[in-house]
Amino acid sequence: MSSMTKGMQSISFQEQPYLISSGSVVGKKEGEGPLGARFDMIDDTDQFGEKTWEAAESTMQKEACLMAIGKAGLKPQDIRYIYGGDLLRQGIATSMGVEALQIPMFGLFGACSTSGEALALSAMSVAAGYGDRILAVTSSHFGSAEKEFRFPLGYANQRPLSAQWTVTGSGAFLVGNQKSNIRISGVTIGKIVDYGLKDSQNMGACMAPAACDTVIQNFEDFGRNGEEYDHIITGDLGYVGTDILLDLVKKKGKDISAQHLDCGKLIYDQDSQDTHAGGSGCGCAATTLSAYVLPKIAAGEWKRILFVPTGALMSTVSYNEGESVPGIAHAVVLEHC
Amino acid sequence: MGQTLEEKQKKEKAYQQYVKEKTPQHNVFVNMVKAFIIGGIICVIGQMILNYCKGIGLDQTQSGSWTSLILVLLSVLLTGFNLYPGIAKWGGAGALVPITGFANSVASPAIEYKKEGQVFGIGCKIFTIAGPVILYGIFTSWLLGLVYFILMKVGVQI
Amino acid sequence: MLEAVASLRGGGKQRREDESMDYVKAFVIGGLVCALVQILMDRTKMMPGRIMVLLVCSGAVLGFLNIYEPFVEFAGAGASVPLLGFGNTLWKGIKEAIETDGFLGIFMGGFTASAAGISAALIFGYLASLVFEPKMKK
Repeated sequence: MSSMTKGMQSISFQEQPYLISSGSVVGKKEGEGPLGARFDMIDDTDQFGEKTWEAAESTMQKEACLMAIGKAGLKPQDIRYIYGGDLLRQGIATSMGVEALQIPMFGLFGACSTSGEALALSAMSVAAGYGDRILAVTSSHFGSAEKEFRFPLGYANQRPLSAQWTVTGSGAFLVGNQKSNIRISGVTIGKIVDYGLKDSQNMGACMAPAACDTVIQNFEDFGRNGEEYDHIITGDLGYVGTDILLDLVKKKGKDISAQHLDCGKLIYDQDSQDTHAGGSGCGCAATTLSAYVLPKIAAGEWKRILFVPTGALMSTVSYNEGESVPGIAHAVVLEHC
Repeated sequence: MGQTLEEKQKKEKAYQQYVKEKTPQHNVFVNMVKAFIIGGIICVIGQMILNYCKGIGLDQTQSGSWTSLILVLLSVLLTGFNLYPGIAKWGGAGALVPITGFANSVASPAIEYKKEGQVFGIGCKIFTIAGPVILYGIFTSWLLGLVYFILMKVGVQI
Repeated sequence: MLEAVASLRGGGKQRREDESMDYVKAFVIGGLVCALVQILMDRTKMMPGRIMVLLVCSGAVLGFLNIYEPFVEFAGAGASVPLLGFGNTLWKGIKEAIETDGFLGIFMGGFTASAAGISAALIFGYLASLVFEPKMKK
């Protein structure tokens, strides 16, 4: 097999894997948002029948996986590997969630870029012949994330306008050789970009440099300048991060304001749902991709999309110890076929 | 990449400044008014309790203790019924500054962390937010007490 | 409603007028303190935990400098209810304990004076955990 590497950080697949099916599972606030009707499963209690937020998040992952697998007419036994991750310490939401499926799994940490990372790895594995059907899954839950990174739910605090709302949701994606209307033609793996920001309440600003870096690298590697994409969709830069990203990209000589969309802005209604700078969390990009973006690609409404979720690679410990918040972004090129 | 440390720091500073300009802020004046109202109301409730206690003959210290006690209880109840977060969302510092904010910061971890057990959940984490207040409050007053004690011994009057 | 509270204990019209002043002072001063802290919250990136620490320590220092106690006498609950008042209470406790117990008082007075507030928070907070469940924010 000849090399599929492209430029400095990308891969252009020879036998392009198909994105066969996907599943999206969300909570109450997301169900009440602009994309509400499109999600596969909504639980108004946000608890999914479980006693803890962490178990609820695990159940969301399991359900999203089963949904993606079921839509392809398959069973868990038919899946070769899972690539999955979440925001929680030691990735417990994923481990406890996919355990029931008994599929060999790779646990990942990419913070909110995990959906991009998992999709990229799944596509790479299929294209290299390591499996015919590989599942990518990720999730986030407002309750578990707030508890881990910020405050217990009952704590009465006032959030700044730059703060984002962690999405309660899980998205799973089946990648493989079974024909569908969506192919993954290439990926650009991001490197860590840190502009020294230490504001954990302004994640968009922390991650925007990484998004810019990966997008520009994707353009360079593939010889593109942005117009080739119907849309360039970031995961959760939110309102503040989007403004910054567009500026940073302009400084590099490109303009993506016409094509740019952000899942964090799409998933909530800023005015009525009071979500300040928009949605965030691994589930934000994953559920929006599954419920909103993929149907449009499958239908041919959008022909080529660059999906670029971003992550903030910090922990509460690193933050308390005075470290800045570095970002990372992984890009996946999705095409209608 | 070959950036010197100095170049890197300059770039980071410039980015921080840029982000500050791009990031929207709450309208401080409006928030101050809301904080004024909520803080004022909570203090009036405190005053009502104080006056009642003094009226039935309790001394200053006892009245103060009863006031703290009742305000804490009210805050814990409001926290349990998920009402206090709404008050803080609107009133900001008006909900944080009074002792009710302290009580909320003890009750909310207790409620949240019970899933991790009595000892390792509630027991270990109940002071997750309020711990610093107690540590530094006690330490600062101790330090001042030490100074006072020394000054007293040396004959200086405060 | 304020009149109802006042009339619960009798005392006549003068008493009620004095009391109304109490409530006005508590409202205005307490509100002002909160409004000033709001500036800290919005203009700096200070987290609530740090602000609470700042308030308690400042209250203790102002108490030591004999500034806060007169403030409490004037403003009543407007000065004692904010966390600054808590710091002042800690200081007062230590000062009194030094006068009765000497050196040991420095170690005893703080917790003694603040016992009601801290115990209440701990006990009621714990009891709340037995009764209430965490709920998602809206």
